[in-house]
Amino acid sequence: MKHVKTLNTQTMNNSLKKGGCGECQTSCQSACKTSCTVGNQTCEQKK
Amino acid sequence: MIHQYQNNGYNIVLDVVSGAVHVVDELCYDVIAALSGGAKEPTAAGLRKPEVLEELVQKLGGRYGGDDIKDALADVTELTEAGQLFVEDTYESMIDDVKKRKTVVKALCLHIAHDCNLACRYCFAEEGEYHGRRALMSFEVGKKALDFLIANSGSRRNLEVDFFGGEPLMNWQVVEDLVAYGRQQEKLRDKHFRFTVTTNGVLLNDEIQEFINQEMDNVVLSLDGRREVNDHMRPFRSGKGSYDLIVPKFQKLADSRNQEKYYIRGTFTRENLDFSEDILHFADLGFTQMSIEPVVGDASDPYAIREEDLPKIMEEYDKLARVMIQREKEGKGFQFFHFMIDLDGGPCVAKRLSGCGSGTEYLAVTPWGDLYPCHQFVGQEEFLMGNVEDGIIKPEIADDFRSCNVYSKEKCRGCFAKFYCSGGCMANAYHFHGTIHDTYDIGCEMQRKRVECAIMIKAALAE
Repeated sequence: MKHVKTLNTQTMNNSLKKGGCGECQTSCQSACKTSCTVGNQTCEQKK
Repeated sequence: MIHQYQNNGYNIVLDVVSGAVHVVDELCYDVIAALSGGAKEPTAAGLRKPEVLEELVQKLGGRYGGDDIKDALADVTELTEAGQLFVEDTYESMIDDVKKRKTVVKALCLHIAHDCNLACRYCFAEEGEYHGRRALMSFEVGKKALDFLIANSGSRRNLEVDFFGGEPLMNWQVVEDLVAYGRQQEKLRDKHFRFTVTTNGVLLNDEIQEFINQEMDNVVLSLDGRREVNDHMRPFRSGKGSYDLIVPKFQKLADSRNQEKYYIRGTFTRENLDFSEDILHFADLGFTQMSIEPVVGDASDPYAIREEDLPKIMEEYDKLARVMIQREKEGKGFQFFHFMIDLDGGPCVAKRLSGCGSGTEYLAVTPWGDLYPCHQFVGQEEFLMGNVEDGIIKPEIADDFRSCNVYSKEKCRGCFAKFYCSGGCMANAYHFHGTIHDTYDIGCEMQRKRVECAIMIKAALAE
């Protein structure tokens, strides 16, 4: 494409097919403790 | 739903539902803006209709040539067809399942010591905040907490336990004994404990460092940045600053962990709104994993972030993002927790819809074994859910937390960042609005900015 550069190779709606396994880290356990930072976690299945 | 913004010379288009991120030229940016905002998302078939191009030429023809507009529209149509642009929100139909889902407890925050050897001005463990009840958790209470976690974790294998405070190192023997107990139990019960500890470093020594490196998956080291900033907010009870004692210990610990699996974590307040300098100070001290959080305080606290501080805070995030790109390119890169975003391997939709897990998957345990939805609710009796002896005795509190999501909050519905913060921190919402079913507005503004910066950094580094 001439006008667009897409940064992702996958989109989040693809994860709908599998559903959640629930094994991922609880977000507040990482470093924050005072905000909610779900989006910067990594999926346990993709580590 | 589309979110478009320009930052550091990049034209960025985020398709909110798919999470697809596109860096586009000016023309395509304007074409997408002209096509979005309708009641329904455009479809690829709709975009191929001749009248769409005609309307675009009418709108944008003064600035761009007709053939160029046609070309850009073809790109937009291709992305739409591929499910990377103008994706309809189908997640809301899943929300009933999210609310009804059976949850297991997978993480505990153990308040191992409601006592501290520092007197940080903003601390929620400070005298009075814990209703004056200073206490250390006994091994017996801690053991029951781990037993409670195992018993309520269903088939979940990875269990997280954070040793928190106050200052956990003031009750270190109990931490060591609980880790040993956890290691023994995980073999018997087919579980795996991931232990973490948060410390101010005052009591850190070689022996403790070795134990941390052997047993702790992550360690959070509290420091606010530059000496004067840190020592103003994080003094000893005598008033003396803590920086000089702590920094060398933290540097040694971070190096001994190969600069991995730790965070140097600070808090910024309205008294150091130039907080990007504190993050760069961390980098200059040799740290590579860092976090600086906006303070959470009562609006009447002199150091609390106010709405009028937001323009300066936004500027700081922008400045930090630009410096991070530059340092990365120079081979001196570092991680800033709030700019971490994994566009390919981030959390699944189910996780993004279910939020942080407080009150359901994540609970805090007081030194005497009471259970609260998270560490920020500790001491607020209306949120007392049960105890490690009897388990959850007020399941209605968990139900309330479980029902809270990005579709249950009006402010989240129209927000582009909703799948990155998952509705934000419920403790902050309660603190400012008296209900968990709201959002902390100043926090939302900062969160949106951080998501924008994080994506912009990805764009810059993809060049």
